[in-house]
Amino acid sequence: MKEILRILERDARTTPQQIATRTGKSLSQVKRAIKKAEGDRTILKYKTVINWDRVGEEQVWALVEVKVVPQRDVGFDAIAERIYRFPEARSVYLVSGTYDLAVLVVGSTMQEVAGFVSQKLAPLESVQGTVTHFLLKRYKEDGEILGVEERPKRVPLMP
Amino acid sequence: MNPEGSPISRRVREVSPSGIRRFFDLLASMEGVISLGVGEPDFVTPWRIREAGIYSLERGYTSYTSNYGLLELREELASYLAGRYGISYDPHRELLITVGVSEGIDLALRAVLDPGDEVIIHDPSYVSYVPCTVLAGGVFVPVPTNIENDFRVRAQDIEKRITPKTKAILLGYPNNPTGAVMDREELVKIAQVAQRHNLLVISDEVYDRLVYGVEHTCFASLPGMKERTILLSGFSKAYAMTGWRIGYAAAREEIIEAMMKIHQYTMMCAPTMGQMAALEALRAGDADVEQMVAEYDQRRRIMVKGLNDIGLTCFEPRGAFYTFPSIKGTGLSSEEFAERLLLEDKVAVVPGSTFGQCGEGYIRCCYATSLVEIEEALERMARFVKRHQAR
Repeated sequence: MKEILRILERDARTTPQQIATRTGKSLSQVKRAIKKAEGDRTILKYKTVINWDRVGEEQVWALVEVKVVPQRDVGFDAIAERIYRFPEARSVYLVSGTYDLAVLVVGSTMQEVAGFVSQKLAPLESVQGTVTHFLLKRYKEDGEILGVEERPKRVPLMP
Repeated sequence: MNPEGSPISRRVREVSPSGIRRFFDLLASMEGVISLGVGEPDFVTPWRIREAGIYSLERGYTSYTSNYGLLELREELASYLAGRYGISYDPHRELLITVGVSEGIDLALRAVLDPGDEVIIHDPSYVSYVPCTVLAGGVFVPVPTNIENDFRVRAQDIEKRITPKTKAILLGYPNNPTGAVMDREELVKIAQVAQRHNLLVISDEVYDRLVYGVEHTCFASLPGMKERTILLSGFSKAYAMTGWRIGYAAAREEIIEAMMKIHQYTMMCAPTMGQMAALEALRAGDADVEQMVAEYDQRRRIMVKGLNDIGLTCFEPRGAFYTFPSIKGTGLSSEEFAERLLLEDKVAVVPGSTFGQCGEGYIRCCYATSLVEIEEALERMARFVKRHQAR
């Protein structure tokens, strides 16, 4: 199962037939495994990693540190839920260190992101404070290096 | 001048030129060729290893090392071999860092052969074994291997070819070009043969880490074999470090000292930067190796299935990164096949005959290339085979 997931994580477009050949499993085994993984939310969804800079799409990303007061019984989960339900919050993580929640916020302008932080995030009851870091440049996304990498040439024939 | 009036020594003239030389000329003028003809990983050396090489330069490690190689590297290697195969080598006297396994083969043969000594070598085998034997003044005695036995060499076939002049058996498994892996029982039998006839075994195990679903047996780890074996291996294949040129030899002191004698006068030492990088590879490269092996394994399955679907039947190779399909159905010789495939459909493969007479009728296809290229190459080969079978 893990092998199938690893293949799909790297390339979601790999067909069940290709996966079957690569893993030495039967086509029906692979289809069953994928169906099961989709059913139990092991596979959350299939998406594409895009370099939006290439098409001139303005996107503003910010990593927001959020310091919160944990609540009785629910700890950080309740406040995390309040935050992750906003579509602007692309990713939400509980982290160790000097702050508690790391929230990746995406908007189309800086104002939009700033507005979200100041009007939605910061005023939440248990939020003690926020620090917003705007992303200036993306070098690597989801394991993919964004710049064009030179591919060294190999000698085409070698015993 | 010799009687023939040639400036070149008889010994060198005796060595036949590489069968794939002329393919280089063809390739030089062609565009859009997909190559399944290489003998190296398509991965770039893992970054942590490259970074260690760079860092060694920054710190100024730019001078010679000991002729034997960096002691630190030999120590790490000794513990690696002890951990992986349970053989203990003294890092001070029983290990030598070489310039790739290629140098190791040359050193081993030159260190042990007297003129006329015979070396038993399986056919097909890696291209340098026979020439290096000849250059060392030895005589090579081929042992045929074949598809019926998945290109594994049999102890009984070796034993039949032993004469009073036999000095050594040379083994290269996991095998280039076939991808064959020896099983332990047969190796034990070969060990018994070596014992009975008092022979050395030179074992090139550079592909030891690249095995799929089977376990590699290190020849030197067999009972009583450490004393008889010259174990040759290196970093090129497992760690994708072909260009760094770092290999090693492990054997008993007397032999390593003899090999070092030649090495110190011809090579001095292996490149220092490469040795520093190899040290990092041993210390922290395991995860990278596992990842690459998993990747090769998937490509292997695609290649084997693809070739069999086309009608180029091949056995399931369990090691290295080669498949060795039969092309006999096309009626072409392996050289003709490789040349026409290159010219007509732009896929480069290596004719099996390059690796010995028993390789005739086969081609070597390397799957250490991207999946996209493998799939495209298989499509082109399918077209090619279809055309040539129709004739």
